[in-house]
Amino acid sequence: MTEATTHAVTLQKVVKRYGDFTAVHQTDLGIEDGSFLTLLGPSGCGKTTTLRMIAGLTSITEGDILIKGTRVNDLPIHKRNLGIVFQNYALFPHKTVQENVAFGLKYRKVSADEARRRVGEALELVQLPQTADRFPSQLSGGQQQRIALARAIVIQPDVLLLDEPLSALDANLREDMRVELKRIQHSLGITTVFVTHDQSEALAMSDRIVVMSAGHVEQVGSPEEVYNRPSSEFVARFLGASNILEARIVSADRTGAKVETQGLGTFQAAIDQDETRRFAEGQKVKLSIRAEKLALTATGKGAAEVASGDAPDIARFDGRVTTVDYQGQVARYFLEAGGHQLQAINTIDEHPLSEGEAVSVGVRARDVVVLPQ
Amino acid sequence: MASLDPQEKPLRPWALLSPALTAILLLLVIPVCFIAVYSFWLRTATGADIAGFHLDNWAEVLGDAFYRDILGFTIWIAFATTVICALVGYIPAYFIAMTQFRHKAYLLLLLMLPFWISYIIRTMSWINILGTSGVVNVGLQWLGLTDEPIQMLYNQWTVIIGLVHFLLPFMILNVYVSLYAIDRNLIDAARSLGSTPWQAFTEVTLPLSLPGLAAGSLLCFVLAAGTYITPLVLGGPTDAMFANLVFDAIITQLNWPLGSALSLVLLALLGVLVAVYNRFAGMGQIAKSFG
Repeated sequence: MTEATTHAVTLQKVVKRYGDFTAVHQTDLGIEDGSFLTLLGPSGCGKTTTLRMIAGLTSITEGDILIKGTRVNDLPIHKRNLGIVFQNYALFPHKTVQENVAFGLKYRKVSADEARRRVGEALELVQLPQTADRFPSQLSGGQQQRIALARAIVIQPDVLLLDEPLSALDANLREDMRVELKRIQHSLGITTVFVTHDQSEALAMSDRIVVMSAGHVEQVGSPEEVYNRPSSEFVARFLGASNILEARIVSADRTGAKVETQGLGTFQAAIDQDETRRFAEGQKVKLSIRAEKLALTATGKGAAEVASGDAPDIARFDGRVTTVDYQGQVARYFLEAGGHQLQAINTIDEHPLSEGEAVSVGVRARDVVVLPQ
Repeated sequence: MASLDPQEKPLRPWALLSPALTAILLLLVIPVCFIAVYSFWLRTATGADIAGFHLDNWAEVLGDAFYRDILGFTIWIAFATTVICALVGYIPAYFIAMTQFRHKAYLLLLLMLPFWISYIIRTMSWINILGTSGVVNVGLQWLGLTDEPIQMLYNQWTVIIGLVHFLLPFMILNVYVSLYAIDRNLIDAARSLGSTPWQAFTEVTLPLSLPGLAAGSLLCFVLAAGTYITPLVLGGPTDAMFANLVFDAIITQLNWPLGSALSLVLLALLGVLVAVYNRFAGMGQIAKSFG
């Protein structure tokens, strides 16, 4: 319980079943006070169900949920003091912006003057102070989303729950709102749980990311950890573009491992300091290498020359570019190497490589992640 | 789409609307004009109508307290029926809209079921329920609560019961449509902000269902105010409604000019009501429940 005091929200062995179907398998999770936590995963992974259980919109089959150290399993939603922002904004269409934002204050013994002041502040915070007398239908989607946020934070909730709040906005607006949302969250220091299927939102905004798949938590970590050190093939594939290779451990110790692949030779691979992930000699594993970590060099420039400049932890193999996907600053290359289809994302120096070109591929040991089979 | 001939453009909507306009003209406007013309004719003792412009019928209809009283009674019956339909109909409408029941469509079908039986038969069925040898009286006597059958039929309340029975599905359907269209997230949002289930209902659900309630009320009122079968079957001698007067004048007395004037009075009253409703709510709401 000592741990629960620093956690705004704690999930203890929480399970959600619908009949025979388990939507969320036993989950333990602590959300630190004031932090921004993202539940990330494809649709149907249980992230929204988890959010709804915290909110009290969905009942819990097993386990306990604690908010500020208090068990809330049987606490009805209107007593939980949570701010929720829904994907479709859910503003009351028959009420003005002022009435919408003030709605939660009605139930909180706030005087009329105080309510007006707080609504004004909230609208100021979301940068829409002029809209108080308008109806939601007179606002754009992005404005409605800001009002929904103002309505959720004006009650000073213990936790702010965001259910895919950006996915109904168009791409440019979404990126602006992303920055905006993070700014507001940071300035208020409010514990936030954010649900999304969009990895770039998750990476940009979160203090911690919970990657979920099929009702299981796959990995919990900072954006960097989750991106650079995926703990499972699912995470590696879901975030960014990864190359997954089958391999076998040749030797392993605390600092790293030597792995052998079919067709691409042997690699040095980094292994987490984490003692729990030990790999035995001869064990079959998978390697994950981010597309942007494969450095391509045209072989025509002299392979020996390239290799001679390499640091000792860089492994090299030869390949051939099959497809070039030009994106301006960067290019995504599809290549064939040792019987494998790989992809690499490299910044472009003057000209992109051309299709059919022979290349030398370099990869550093710390960019090779060993995953259990 | 873009027409080269600028003359063609303003005419096109009229051309596209012409079938509908023709139907409305032939089936509604022209007959009403006939009735209006008729209302200025005079009926003679010999039975022949005198064509012309006589205000006698209008003087009688607008001047005689008898007609005014019955008009008032008609409004009262229609109003009471509407209020009861709204109160009684909201609950099943809410249930059908909110239920997780998989076969919701069947619930709506059950609502339509009464329409498969003649309205007159349905009205008369109340005689078997409330009549002196009806279910209720037989039951009360069997239980020993009364020795003599109680006279329950043939008063204004049985007229209202009959009308509620007839009009309830219209109300339920209209309210259902507006309740069904409410985004559930709005209710969740209200709850998360601190309102109890009842407060969420009064703050969000009820106000958002008012358009449906208004549409259902308008339909119930108009249909109730224009009825003559229910008071004929279930009402007593003093329970005649305005449409009964029209029926009597035209069918019994064969006084078409007077009947025409009377029906125009009812038409004007209900027309004003519809116009007021349309001003505040818009007719589109009623169309929704039939779409």
